[in-house]
Amino acid sequence: MTSEEIRGVVLDILTNIAPDEDLSDLDDGQPFRDQMELDSMDFLDIVMELRRQYRVQIPEEDYENLITMSSTVTYLTPMLKDVDKP
Amino acid sequence: MFLPDSDDFRIVLTGVGLTSPNGDNLDDFRANLLAGKSGVVPFETRYMPPVLAGVCNFDAVKHQKRKEVRRGTRAGSVAVYCANEAVLDAGLDWENVAKDRVGVYLGITEHGNVETENEIFEISQFDYDTKFWTHHHNPRTVANSPAGEVTLSLGVTGPHLTVGAACAAGNAGFIQAVQMLRLGEVDMAIAGGVSESIHTFGIFASFNSQGALASNEDPTKASRPFDTNRNGIVVAEGGGICTVERLPDAKARGAKIYGEIVGYAMNSDANDFVLPDSNRQAECIRLALKRANLTADDIDIVSSHATATEQGDIEESTALREVFGDRPSLAINNTKSFIGHAMGAAGALELLGNVPAFNDGIAHATINLDQMDPRCGLKQVVANEPRQMEKVEYILNNSFGMLGINSVLILKKYSE
Repeated sequence: MTSEEIRGVVLDILTNIAPDEDLSDLDDGQPFRDQMELDSMDFLDIVMELRRQYRVQIPEEDYENLITMSSTVTYLTPMLKDVDKP
Repeated sequence: MFLPDSDDFRIVLTGVGLTSPNGDNLDDFRANLLAGKSGVVPFETRYMPPVLAGVCNFDAVKHQKRKEVRRGTRAGSVAVYCANEAVLDAGLDWENVAKDRVGVYLGITEHGNVETENEIFEISQFDYDTKFWTHHHNPRTVANSPAGEVTLSLGVTGPHLTVGAACAAGNAGFIQAVQMLRLGEVDMAIAGGVSESIHTFGIFASFNSQGALASNEDPTKASRPFDTNRNGIVVAEGGGICTVERLPDAKARGAKIYGEIVGYAMNSDANDFVLPDSNRQAECIRLALKRANLTADDIDIVSSHATATEQGDIEESTALREVFGDRPSLAINNTKSFIGHAMGAAGALELLGNVPAFNDGIAHATINLDQMDPRCGLKQVVANEPRQMEKVEYILNNSFGMLGINSVLILKKYSE
């Protein structure tokens, strides 16, 4: 997947986690938590969905890479570059 | 603690919220009970051929965000819907209610099976690797979960708990409310019973293995309490929740009063895991009558528990014949014949569907009763068509459950 496709995957996961929110104006450089309701259980949903959908294992010490959309995509790109778009 | 000679000892129902397979508010539910309309439909469950079930169609996002629906459980959604509807119906100025003086007491038959089954199925797709087990499992499956979701929704900071009481649970939720109000532990209760049971295959599979799962070519005819051709239980989901208050509080705010809980009892068979015991059931009914200072002759409507199992209907019939005899002015009816067995919600829904009888004087029917099983031999069952009563002042509601748990509640038409 390309970085843009990975962004789409993450956005789909966020949309599922926060179905009441409009994420169309999400600022990729700002923390998710500043732009939407996202508690620790929601955050773990992001980790779990990446695991379920793409078998991506994210160790706890790497969670800080999932703060913004930009940092998340940067972190995931090498892991998912050889994975086909769903 | 309030004493029996005090008006504060008198406990009344002041708001009703419900969802049943044939109605999502009291007016629709009552209308369909009087019209003989069933809520039983074909239903898909995991691992088994299609079954029959009572399925609710309430609008879950009327009182919850979609995120809250996703985060919680079906029982929680049922509870939140019913509790909010009850609060609205009660006409409370909810903003100004002291939330730390409200208690939430909800009867449940079981809880957590739905989530556990779902997650086991989910990890089966990943070779049973528990790394794929959801972090939502524990908060969804703790036993207080449905009541806890109500506190989150309504901002209640008083006590909350579920009352695990098998299929006696609906009455048990109300009884807990009565006790806590009389003790002065709370000033208002949100109480009743809820069930999400149709979303676990296990309950269907277990009844099927027990030879107690109903089947019928016509789903609406599958639930047949007291009928010779009954062949088991139709499992249903649902919820029935009321605001419950001490009478002086209700009067002070000019509340609409649906009825007064004048008697209750719970006891145990101490006899068998599954089979009911008419002797203990009769004792439970007599104890409720005694606490209400009534005799069997005072009761106008008995809302029976009968689930359409072979032995269960016979045992309850034996208990009812022993306590009430053949008095023809008594009406015995059964709500499960319309909606199936709503488990933890059954007792609450069955009581609430009868409450409008205080105003319209009608005992709703027991449908699908083509031929009374002679071993039941109840002469006062309202068969297939509603009955206009001479008076309806007292309703007695039976709810019994596995492990020999019995509960009886007596509701009186409100008068000063």
